[in-house]
Amino acid sequence: MTSTAVIQLFVFVLAGFVGFQAITRVPPLLHTPLMAATNAISGISLVASIVLAGANQSVLSTVLGTIAVGCAMANVVGGFLITDRMLAMFDKAKAAKQEERASARVH
Amino acid sequence: MIDIVIQLSYLLASVLFIFALRSLSRPDTARRGMQLAAFGMLIAVAATLLHARIVTYEWILIGAAVGALIGYPLGMWVPMTAMPQRIAFSHAFGALAATLVGIGEYAHLYHEQSLTRGVMTALGFEVLLGALTVTGSLMAFGKLQELLPGRPITFPLQNYFNLALFALGVAGLVWVVLFPYDVWVFAAICAIGLIVGILIVMPIGGADMPVVVSLLNAYAGLAAVATGFALDNNVLIVVGALDGASGFILSVAMSKAMNRSFANVLFGAFGSAGGPDEAAASGASGDMTAIQVDDAALRLAFANRVIIVPGYGLAVAQAQHQARELVDLLEKRGVDVRFAIHPVAGRMPGHMNVLLAEAGISYDKLIDMEDINERFAGTDVALVVGANDVVNPAARTNKSSPIYGMPILNVSEATSVIVLKRGKGAGFSGVENDLFVAPKTSMLFGDAKQSLMQLGAEVKLA
Repeated sequence: MTSTAVIQLFVFVLAGFVGFQAITRVPPLLHTPLMAATNAISGISLVASIVLAGANQSVLSTVLGTIAVGCAMANVVGGFLITDRMLAMFDKAKAAKQEERASARVH
Repeated sequence: MIDIVIQLSYLLASVLFIFALRSLSRPDTARRGMQLAAFGMLIAVAATLLHARIVTYEWILIGAAVGALIGYPLGMWVPMTAMPQRIAFSHAFGALAATLVGIGEYAHLYHEQSLTRGVMTALGFEVLLGALTVTGSLMAFGKLQELLPGRPITFPLQNYFNLALFALGVAGLVWVVLFPYDVWVFAAICAIGLIVGILIVMPIGGADMPVVVSLLNAYAGLAAVATGFALDNNVLIVVGALDGASGFILSVAMSKAMNRSFANVLFGAFGSAGGPDEAAASGASGDMTAIQVDDAALRLAFANRVIIVPGYGLAVAQAQHQARELVDLLEKRGVDVRFAIHPVAGRMPGHMNVLLAEAGISYDKLIDMEDINERFAGTDVALVVGANDVVNPAARTNKSSPIYGMPILNVSEATSVIVLKRGKGAGFSGVENDLFVAPKTSMLFGDAKQSLMQLGAEVKLA
């Protein structure tokens, strides 16, 4: 095993641990946004796809890379938009409530 | 120098992603956190464009433009009720990207004659997991969207066949690690991955599909990790690990909410139409008592405490707005109204919360199962809107029931129960419900949206 591979293994295990810690704290209320969010950030495969699409190695690589860029980009754009849409709803629900409280105080 | 800039940008992006997941622990910080994550993505992509291997940008631009065109409607136009299938569909995209990168990278290194065993291990995993996730997710999408039959499709010795095929895929993986230049074996791994994906989702019923979607999320994450190992790219490893952790945690949480083990979900073919013995064993006998809208409305209007139990029936009828209007009217009369949220209400974890939030219902009225169950005893009316299995007492009392042991909402402890239901049929799992024939239960038949609207109108008059 090369030393790079060992470092990568470190990164993997530690990131998995951090991820586990962060995600177990997400309340059930936000589990669907969480799924949409991880879906959005999984679009990070864009960084690998971009290199493949732009490296001009062969027709095959370029075609595969371009399709991969399209797929990953769809996840990034769609994922972040829908997550934001959902979280905005939770904002709205809260905002409506605060308004209600404020008006109750006035009366 | 540029390489260091790229690496540091990836580091920053990773930190922002982790920060975003942390911010999801509270509804009021979540949105801001995710915006930072989107910013992190922008940084990572911008930095990648500086990569030394990139010599031409036109194909990147074309791919990105097409992807954005596909992504926009997936983000803005998909209704919240269709969230589970939309997520499944997106997993197919993510996994396809990982798979294609794996194949492209293999082609590149093959051409350069620089395939090493380490890289080959990563590429093999990437392609096998990626391909499996692509077809598995598409199958899940098809079932949830009802393009494919939602019932489990099984054939004799299915599990053995699937295991044998998967073993063959792993054997192929070992083979290409030892002999990286066997292109046909590499291609065979892809093909086996694609077939295995179809086969593992085929026998799983619609009710269990969210667990599978979540599990496929984890697989897609692991495929990204493998990409990171192959390309020596840490941000892919970090994000893949986060994705994998999230997928596994949610699958486990969901399995727990349905009291089923992972293995049970994957090999159980649950959700099949119950055989005659099952129907008999459920022991639901007696008649349902129907109630008229005006009676039901009066009961709600003069109650002190009401708990609404929303289920998938509310979601399909798109009745969340009518539910909110009813709640507003009741609260004006001084009725204390809460929503009881079962972890798997709707079609995926937290799905019901999103639907109710969409209608502007404040999230502190949405109470999780553990916290609300003790409140049912002091509740005058429990209003069940299109939920069935999550309120079925058979999960507690009937050992022969397929849902026995599943944690449920204690609706039967409320003083009276009103159930809004389309017809007299059984629920998603195909199990009869004792609650519906209990003496304290009244059935209000009809479409959930219509019924809630009429209830609102009657409450106004009361």
